[in-house]
Amino acid sequence: MTDTGSRWRAVTGHRLFWPVAVLVVMLAANTIYRPGFLSVEVNDGHLYGTPIDILRLSAPLILVALGMTVVISTGGIDLSVGSVCAISGALACSYISQQPDQNSLAVVFTALALGFGIALVLGAWNGVLVAVIGIQPIIATLILMVAGRGLAQLITEGQIITINSEPYRAIGLGHVLTLPLAVFIALAAALLVAAFTRRTALGMIIESVGGNSVASRLAGIRSGRVVFLAYVLSAACAAVAGFMITANVSSADGNAAGLWIELDAILAVVIGGTALAGGRFYLSGTILGALIIQTLTTSVYAMNISPQTSLLFKAVVVIAVCLIQAPAFRARLTRRRRGTPTNPTSPPSQARQKEEVPA
Amino acid sequence: MSSAALTLGRIRSRVPRRQVPVLATLALLLVMYGIGVSQYRAFSNVQVIFNVFIDNGFLLVVAVGMTFVILTGGIDLSVGAVVAMTAMVSASLLQQGLPALLVLVIALLIGPFLGFLMGCAIHFFEIQPFIVTLAGMFFARGMCTFISGSSIPITDGFWTTMSQQRIGDPRGNFVSISVLIAFAVVAIAAWTLAYTRLGRNVYAIGGNPQSALLMGLPVGRTRIAVYTISGLCSAIGGILLSFYTLSGAPLIAVGMELDVIAAVVIGGTVLTGGSGYVFGTMLGVLVLGVIQTLITFDGSLNSWWTKIVIGGLLFAFILLQRLVGIRFK
Repeated sequence: MTDTGSRWRAVTGHRLFWPVAVLVVMLAANTIYRPGFLSVEVNDGHLYGTPIDILRLSAPLILVALGMTVVISTGGIDLSVGSVCAISGALACSYISQQPDQNSLAVVFTALALGFGIALVLGAWNGVLVAVIGIQPIIATLILMVAGRGLAQLITEGQIITINSEPYRAIGLGHVLTLPLAVFIALAAALLVAAFTRRTALGMIIESVGGNSVASRLAGIRSGRVVFLAYVLSAACAAVAGFMITANVSSADGNAAGLWIELDAILAVVIGGTALAGGRFYLSGTILGALIIQTLTTSVYAMNISPQTSLLFKAVVVIAVCLIQAPAFRARLTRRRRGTPTNPTSPPSQARQKEEVPA
Repeated sequence: MSSAALTLGRIRSRVPRRQVPVLATLALLLVMYGIGVSQYRAFSNVQVIFNVFIDNGFLLVVAVGMTFVILTGGIDLSVGAVVAMTAMVSASLLQQGLPALLVLVIALLIGPFLGFLMGCAIHFFEIQPFIVTLAGMFFARGMCTFISGSSIPITDGFWTTMSQQRIGDPRGNFVSISVLIAFAVVAIAAWTLAYTRLGRNVYAIGGNPQSALLMGLPVGRTRIAVYTISGLCSAIGGILLSFYTLSGAPLIAVGMELDVIAAVVIGGTVLTGGSGYVFGTMLGVLVLGVIQTLITFDGSLNSWWTKIVIGGLLFAFILLQRLVGIRFK
């Protein structure tokens, strides 16, 4: 037991080992299948190529997943991010579409401020439900997930609003310094969150709230406020992602924008090694997780498989990642349970594990 | 809503606490029905209620399965996708000319099997139900498109009979066979939860898994059983849906899991587990059905109002659960 235990501890010591390995394997498999996969070319002063596409398309997911990481590390979950994406995008687009000069910077910034503002309100709503009223997070955010789609459709009046605004389009498709602007936005958000959580005590406070919110409140941390802020941050990240998603196609669709992005984001967080139970969080792992998901999607497209069938691959990846991470978690639990007479689950579970892995 | 909660709070000395949410749902349902009857003359027709059942029979069955899972404190996100997969599998097998009975058996086995695997993963690997059933959802939805990218019509005689058979007066008030199946499922589930050992175990695990384990209850077996039951209910729901639509489509029942969870919560089942009734779930499904009917009757409201109203109701009922204090230990 101690031998396997120490081995597992060595593996979990490098939390980024498995995500990196999966990403490298996927890139390698793609390169073997299509040798030009990794090639990047300069065209018109901008970099083009599949790796750049993966980076650009994963930017919204990275943003949403960043907010989700913080929420999950407080022991919560935010299912409403997809709806918040749709609402913010819809509000910004519908404002722009009503203006006479859609290309004016002032109009675009007002639209962004409107979209961002409503996201903050929605995030505050989630935060109040969870932190003040004390509703279970999965349910508190489910309310907005269901109602939010309706709100987004209410804003777009059930239509797909198309806009013709160059500055807004640049959020999704523009280039800065040869790289897509979206990548820089995602990077900036990541650095900002990382700076606030890792350079100040905030990160440790968040982790302590996620580890045990009552204990941290007794230790003098205002856990309610921290949880509240986490949901506001998550909604703010979702709003920016919503701008990117709508800017990519220059239109806002209340139904389709950001659909299932909450699931992808949770997946990215889990792949990145943050436990859904809360506590320690890994921003770099989350970013890697988001890249893995986007690489998977892109490779499925590249192999001419229907996008819906990519869900099959996603299921396989989820199961694989969870199983890779689970034994460590389980070993820790069984060790803690050792000595108590009620331990009927552990011997059969080890036997079962071998036969269940291929499923 | 708050005034209703307050009056309910006052009479709670006589009403057992855990029944307050169910009674609130019943009151809401009656109020909504009353509004409908007072606003639209055709609403008082009994067939309106029958139609709610006909249109939501499959939802009811799936919600019953979800009730079991939520009572143990878990969640099953895969139900919508399993419903679609069951409908898809039966449509494609029927298209290949297999006999209806065999197709029925195969279709009814896939859902429980997937549920069983998910339950095993949740219990033995201690992965959160949320993630496991999410993977199950991806898998089932992927299988749908893997089988066919477009919808497959069902022309089988047995299926069309089941779909078109009217029970009651065909020109007056009638229900479909699906409704009877749904009622049978509700009755069996209610009996199981109330009077069998499995039912007691489900409540015990939902109340506190640790003490259930210390009491020597079969926590693992029960936990796997509820996901298998949920899979079975989703499979039955899928069959009912294929009776209803006479086709299998890869993108049918997208987002259904949310409606199902909403119905269970509105029906008074507490999401942390341990408290709730199948009867409440039935009321929850009826509430959703009546909302849709009201919005259809109104005509001027758009379909997205359904979502907003459901969200509002979810909020109100969760708040009520908090006020009643059921979630307090």
